[in-house]
Amino acid sequence: MSEMLLSVSEHLLAPGGLAIEQLSGVLGELAGPGIDAADLYFQSQVSESWVLEDGIVKEGSFNLDQGVGVRAQSGEKTGFAYSNAITAEALSQAARAARSIARAGQEGRVQAFSTPQVTALYAPGNPLDVIDRAQKVELLKQVDQATRALDPRIKQVTVSLAGVWDRILVAATDGSLGADIRPLVRFNVSVIVEQNGRRERGGHGGGGRTDYRYFMNEDRAMGYAREALRQALVNLEAIAAPAGTFPVVMGAGWSGVLLHEAVGHGLEGDFNRKGSSNYSGKVGQQVASKLCTIVDDGTLAERRGSLSMDDEGTQTQCTTLIENGILKGYMQDKLNARLMGVAPTGNGRRESYAHLPMPRMTNTYMLAGESDPEEIIRSVKKGIYCANLGGGQVDITSGKFVFSTSEAYLIEDGKITAPVKGATLIGNGPEAMSKVSMVGNDLALDSGVGTCGKDGQSVPVGVGQPTLKIDAITVGGTGS
Amino acid sequence: MSATDVIGPQALPALQAQVEQIIDEARRQGASACEVAVSLEQGLSTSVRQREVETVEFNRDQGFGITLYLGQRKGSASTSATGDAAIRETVAAALAIARHASEDESAGLADAALMARELPSLDLYHPWAITPEQAIEQALACEAAAFDTDARIRNADGTTLSTHQGCRVYGNSHGFIGGYASTRHSLSCVMIAEADGQMQRDYWYDVNRQGERLADATGIGQRAALRAVSRLGARPVPTCEVPVLFAAELATGLFSSFLGAISGGNLYRKSSFLEGTLGQQLFPEWLSLDERPHIPRALGSASFDGDGLATYAKSFVERGELLSYVLGTYSGRKLGLPSTANTGGVHNLFVSHGEEDQAALIRRMGRGLLVTELMGQGLNMVTGDYSRGAGGYWVENGEIQFPVQEVTIAGNMRDMFRQIVAVGSDLELRSTIRTGSVLIERMTVAGS
Repeated sequence: MSEMLLSVSEHLLAPGGLAIEQLSGVLGELAGPGIDAADLYFQSQVSESWVLEDGIVKEGSFNLDQGVGVRAQSGEKTGFAYSNAITAEALSQAARAARSIARAGQEGRVQAFSTPQVTALYAPGNPLDVIDRAQKVELLKQVDQATRALDPRIKQVTVSLAGVWDRILVAATDGSLGADIRPLVRFNVSVIVEQNGRRERGGHGGGGRTDYRYFMNEDRAMGYAREALRQALVNLEAIAAPAGTFPVVMGAGWSGVLLHEAVGHGLEGDFNRKGSSNYSGKVGQQVASKLCTIVDDGTLAERRGSLSMDDEGTQTQCTTLIENGILKGYMQDKLNARLMGVAPTGNGRRESYAHLPMPRMTNTYMLAGESDPEEIIRSVKKGIYCANLGGGQVDITSGKFVFSTSEAYLIEDGKITAPVKGATLIGNGPEAMSKVSMVGNDLALDSGVGTCGKDGQSVPVGVGQPTLKIDAITVGGTGS
Repeated sequence: MSATDVIGPQALPALQAQVEQIIDEARRQGASACEVAVSLEQGLSTSVRQREVETVEFNRDQGFGITLYLGQRKGSASTSATGDAAIRETVAAALAIARHASEDESAGLADAALMARELPSLDLYHPWAITPEQAIEQALACEAAAFDTDARIRNADGTTLSTHQGCRVYGNSHGFIGGYASTRHSLSCVMIAEADGQMQRDYWYDVNRQGERLADATGIGQRAALRAVSRLGARPVPTCEVPVLFAAELATGLFSSFLGAISGGNLYRKSSFLEGTLGQQLFPEWLSLDERPHIPRALGSASFDGDGLATYAKSFVERGELLSYVLGTYSGRKLGLPSTANTGGVHNLFVSHGEEDQAALIRRMGRGLLVTELMGQGLNMVTGDYSRGAGGYWVENGEIQFPVQEVTIAGNMRDMFRQIVAVGSDLELRSTIRTGSVLIERMTVAGS
């Protein structure tokens, strides 16, 4: 048994009088007639956040959440129950509820446990404990003061620091037995600036599966502050964005939200098994321009979207979704992989023990192309350059997706000119991706701030892309 | 375990005792003041798809949260763990944070004299004795009705029946303690229509505190199917400036953005485009916005707010003029104004409306866009600039012509509020904001 499995089971199971050896018995109870698969997901999570506003550290909060989720599957049916208590009694009560979906059928059985050798992508220590409370408060105050000193037009500064430490253990009837310890930290700065009676906001931040020292290294925290201020000042000068269809150049990095919405969600296995995605049944077909190669990679060390193993105990991998414009495959959890007759890809994720796993993205990005970013801008006569985005959304059935810009400019005669106000851009996934006509050589990943929502469940994700050009997409401004 | 194992009013005394125990523990550890909320919830959610059961989920959640003060310094902590040790440790965690937080002159409980004294019963608790089998049966009937509505309904994305019941108790060191049990039941149906190589999804749902009062399952299925089918053949329209009619179910979002913009938190952070507009004419003269927190069985009803203050009926907007911001104790102190008992939000907002239903408003609009779907966030709260993805129907000569998709609508919210031409009588009853469809004089529609 691995050291991690031992330490996690000691923490999660022992206080309620349970041991790993008993889990096989609980799964045996679950895996009665008619049950194809079942699993137990134990979790304990501590999290905290600190917020500075008006120059003082106003708020801090701490949360401890723990419990076990019990799932049983019969064909396409899933039964699910969970409990805050991790005891034998609570487990067997949840197990009875979960298996109530089973109908008559084959006798289920439990495979012998085996724990795959998984490469740890992040350190197991508690990221909340690497600096003490006084140091956390001091860090926030320093960043606040240094930020206010940057520019007299700053009227308001909000700085926040947040950390999560998750310990999980998964045991399943297919023999999976795995544990993971997952740190996640985040730092954000938001500023409001005012000039001649006009106000604008700018915000930036970052983080990953590391600890708070990350923000103190390489001047990162102040880097976020300077970037937040820069964006706010740009927006003070912004004119109305145009309305209509234009060529759009998307900047490198966080603009990868485009791929997350236009491509990523539509390639999640559940939608494709159900035939509800407009990418359903299109493996092997051209769904994007030849310049596009897009991957989902859960194996990047210390990245926000990375996982050593997913929430079903499957090791994560780098999955090629689209290669030179051809659809290669979908992101899968165990249920959808089994029903579609393919292998799981390590994308089975859940918000917590109180939620069911689904196929979810990890870090989704487009590989670099060959164009010089400058040359991409020069190729546009009249269009928009999106340097930074807010959020996005997609309707995977019709393929429509939106994202909103938080820093964008006009391109006129091959040059970036006036900044434009935030606007929503709307397109259709495969159509927009077929209009990608240039891809830059400057692949960048985001700074570690993405959160993806699906069916009411939030999980941390990463995105990335090189600078790229879409020949035509609808821009929702108010100008001409 | 079944959804009929009741969590209800009989659980309140134990939760109240727990709140008192946590307050005592906070005092024992040295807090000068504190407030505590304890909750216990349970539910059943069943989903079917393509005439088969897809998931049966049992939920049971419990937890408590404490905010405590050391003079003017504040710390918070929460947990789902139970027992004396969890209480001790959670209080200690909050206290450790308070020791390091800064002095904040606005921090602290609301004045003791302001605590709610009488808590009217709002009749929010109506458990639904429905078994998982019956829930599945209703969901299946709902989906079957959708499939039977139109042959172009070829796929489904899930029909879900949920029933939830919960208890919540809030208390603070002024001696205020209040609690209530409540229920919430819903049935939703998402269908996919397909024709000429295009797939379109749409949905319908109902939600009610009383399960028996949910709209008929067949009706919900049929409505979801008709909506999905009516989206087939959707296309963009050319970029233009036209009147826009927000269907009632989306018009709630316009007023919810308005409430956000007049809420104390955004105002004191200088993050609202409506800062300093108290007393100004923001809407047409016939429009009023009223809060009615004590309506029996309503989804937004509450007898006390998140600080323990008695909620009360009031107008935020009368004759189009902004009469009051939305304030809690803290944001009120920051702005030098008394709390409006809205910590935690506004409890049932009523928008004044005329006699015309949606069809009449479509006729009145003549030519423009009826919006039935919005995508993305697209509101800059600091400037009021609004730009969102939209779908709906193109209207000419007062009649719907064809479905529209892949367009955006944009404007500035201050202009949009001023340019409200009419609010329909087709009230959205499933939301805590009660409005009809809203016709806006002019917005920019960007398309092909």
